[in-house]
Amino acid sequence: MISPDIIRRLQAILPPHCLLIAQEDVKPFETDGLTAFHSTPDVVALPETEDQVKAIIALCRETQTPIVFRGAGTGVSGGALPVDGAVLLAMTKFNRILSIDPLARIARVQPGVRNLAISEAAAPFSLYYAPDPSSQIACTIGGNVAENSGGVHCLKYGLTVHNILSVRVLTIDGEELVIGSEALDAPGYDLLALLTGSEGMLAVTLEISVKLLPKPERTQVVLAAFDEVEKGGAAVGAIISGGVLPAGLEMMDKLAIEAAEAYSHAGYPLDAEAILLVEVDGTQEEVSEDVMRVREILLASGATDIRTAKDEAEQKKFWAGRKAAFPAVGRLAPDYYCMDGTIPRKALPAVLKRMAELSTEYALPVANVFHAGDGNLHPLILYDANQPGEWEKAERFGADILEMCVAHGGSITGEHGVGIEKISQMCVQFGNAELQAFHGIKACFDPDGLLNPGKAVPTLHRCAEYGAMHVRSGNLPFPELPRF
Amino acid sequence: MQALQERIRTTHLPLRIRAGGTKDFYGQSLAGDILDVSAHRGIVSYEPGELVITAKCGTPLAEIETLLDEHGQMLGFEPPRFGAASSLGGTLACGFSGPRRPYSGSARDFVLGMEILDGTGQHLKFGGRVIKNVAGYDASRLMTGALGTLGVLVQASLKVLPKPQSELTLQFEMDEATALKHMNEWAGRPLPLSASAWQSGVLFLRLSGANNAVREAHAKLGGEPHLHGTEFWRLLRDHEAAFFSGDLPLWRLSLPACTPPLDLDGKQLITWGGAERWLKTNAAATEIRPRLAASGGHATLFAVGEKSVGVFHPLPAALMKYHARLKKLFDPRGILNRGRLYPDF
Ligand SMILES: Cc1cc2nc3c(=O)[nH]c(=O)nc-3n(C[C@H](O)[C@H](O)[C@H](O)COP(=O)(O)OP(=O)(O)OC[C@H]3O[C@@H](n4cnc5c(N)ncnc54)[C@H](O)[C@@H]3O)c2cc1C
Repeated sequence: MISPDIIRRLQAILPPHCLLIAQEDVKPFETDGLTAFHSTPDVVALPETEDQVKAIIALCRETQTPIVFRGAGTGVSGGALPVDGAVLLAMTKFNRILSIDPLARIARVQPGVRNLAISEAAAPFSLYYAPDPSSQIACTIGGNVAENSGGVHCLKYGLTVHNILSVRVLTIDGEELVIGSEALDAPGYDLLALLTGSEGMLAVTLEISVKLLPKPERTQVVLAAFDEVEKGGAAVGAIISGGVLPAGLEMMDKLAIEAAEAYSHAGYPLDAEAILLVEVDGTQEEVSEDVMRVREILLASGATDIRTAKDEAEQKKFWAGRKAAFPAVGRLAPDYYCMDGTIPRKALPAVLKRMAELSTEYALPVANVFHAGDGNLHPLILYDANQPGEWEKAERFGADILEMCVAHGGSITGEHGVGIEKISQMCVQFGNAELQAFHGIKACFDPDGLLNPGKAVPTLHRCAEYGAMHVRSGNLPFPELPRF
Repeated sequence: MQALQERIRTTHLPLRIRAGGTKDFYGQSLAGDILDVSAHRGIVSYEPGELVITAKCGTPLAEIETLLDEHGQMLGFEPPRFGAASSLGGTLACGFSGPRRPYSGSARDFVLGMEILDGTGQHLKFGGRVIKNVAGYDASRLMTGALGTLGVLVQASLKVLPKPQSELTLQFEMDEATALKHMNEWAGRPLPLSASAWQSGVLFLRLSGANNAVREAHAKLGGEPHLHGTEFWRLLRDHEAAFFSGDLPLWRLSLPACTPPLDLDGKQLITWGGAERWLKTNAAATEIRPRLAASGGHATLFAVGEKSVGVFHPLPAALMKYHARLKKLFDPRGILNRGRLYPDF
């Protein structure tokens, strides 16, 4: 519990409308997008000026009070989950786009700006900000930088780390650092990469310069059906080794197709074991050429049905099913549990086969939706939390999947981050030496461990536990957003 | 590798990490006994369908690029060679990228994972072999461009790209200011650009992509096709073009691409759409650095010249503090490539 003295001092820094203390006011901040974990914050600070942020940081440092930063709270690994005795510092009021330079193709923004707002502001110049998490209407760029967020277009356009030029941050020592620059590199170590994806553990971001890209002249979507999942997986590899770099390359298995079709009537073939959605973009001619090559490769890979969207409306329809796949699958069972592992693509058949066996062993169905282009799996385990023991079973099943990803040379998280949720699985992926190095990096920036304590990197004695995303039925966070 | 670890563990003297030795010219100072890593070589795995290659860091770039080429793929950052013996590790340690960099990304952008030996000889594995991976701090990219001061790079995994079907280099006669304007304007349009440079009144532009896309873009932009485009960019990339010869110090200026022509003594060559400019000059560092800092850039004394002026742009004190802490974390005894980046480490 935070001391009354600190509350008084916060009241001296912030006007009343920027400081939430009453139970009913702080309650909405008890969780992020991962609602299985919650903890009521002692106090929520919503500063409006950088001076206020500096004063709060100085106060917390002096009194050794922990701080948890928060953006829109759409994170799905508990990164913004309140910590006991900490100040929850939300950056959402820093929501101004400071400048857009169309010639330089750079937008300078505050951390509370929503991801989509950047592309909207850049649209009059036919430019956009490439990383597009499906939460993009709500999530903030500050949160994106903290999580190194992705989207469906990562394979071609990269993650957040590839699309930002510089950040201005404030450390717990109260130092303001400009990291990176509007040139293409900066002297010294690549601290920009280190800060990106650091989950609010190293510093608070005050300003970000992002790269803007020209909007492609044209996009086209091809849908292909397969009578075996393995064939679909092999087709993904064939497209990529065939020299096409699709803007998006998504795959769904039978259970996911059935659920999506029932939910959004996208026109998916129900007799298929797997479908692929291949989006190519570029100039008019480039797209025509790529579509032809993609169709040839799909045919050679044994696709049973190949459709190219006739027009923009059909493209939207093809995507609609995929984008609604999570809520669609969510209707099949009282609860589902979403994983975020990545694997080398060649391991796909083996991983899917083992997942099917595990599904039988645990007697829990699993639907598969993936960013197949970059090997990012989102298996959705279906279960009923009201049945005694089912959640524990689902949790073990999920743990087995993540361990399998690591065993195949993959990772426990492709885009959702570690947060509090996957903190135990970090021990599966990294050895003690690497974990110690991570603690060392943290200590370089935050020697007293005041920023987001207990997240992202496990203490060594914690390494036997596992956690996972657990979405309760009827309590889906952000139900209005498309889900990837 | 065990021998390397043993050597690091037992040494009491600074070690100078070296593979092909093609970049001995680069950096502040070369101190210490040579730690030869060139024998630690070989491609560990490569699957074209994965777009990922893993190789030991002593592997020559040439070997990697030949293999990729056989499968119609390439390193997207088009690394310079500076000699036949150029190794993967040296390239990543220096963080060098070539002409394609502004359009498809830098060396660090393509790094997926890195194995290093830290200053105590400890073997650490960061990142991985998959394209998406956000577990743990991004130490692999931190190592890229750190000039071996944080660890001996022993193995790296990189994302690779399909090679474009066709490439075409165009030339346009225009002055420097007009060229800068065009390079930036065109980069904001959906054109298949993959390299740009300006020198002595001529703008050079490379288009890469599907056959039709390149043809179509040529029709839109005009310009005279260059008959030896491939060779032109290779010479530029490896600093074998005529511009780079001669005894004058060579400065690399990195700055926002839109910065108007820089009025500095000497001759200039512009690359990276205006974001990188090469300067052959006798002008003093005290003249060059403030000019760059004022436009939001930085200047490196890349080759030739008196290094006592400081090869790399000095860091603000607050940033230096975090650099020093990271150095101490990964190399507590300060033995790896001491003085190569900044005098104290
Ligand atoms: C429906 C839905 C779909 C999603 N789809 C995707 C997807 O496709 N791809 C993807 O990658 N993710 C996705 N996500 C996850 C989530 O949207 C991203 O992780 C996003 O970047 C979080 O941003 P936020 O503003 O909500 O941050 P929060 O959840 O508030 O915080 C996330 C982390 O950032 C830190 N943080 C926030 N602001 C700052 C700051 N200014 N300085 C320092 N640290 C800060 C917090 O401490 C926390 O650790 C999805 C989430 C939902 C709910």
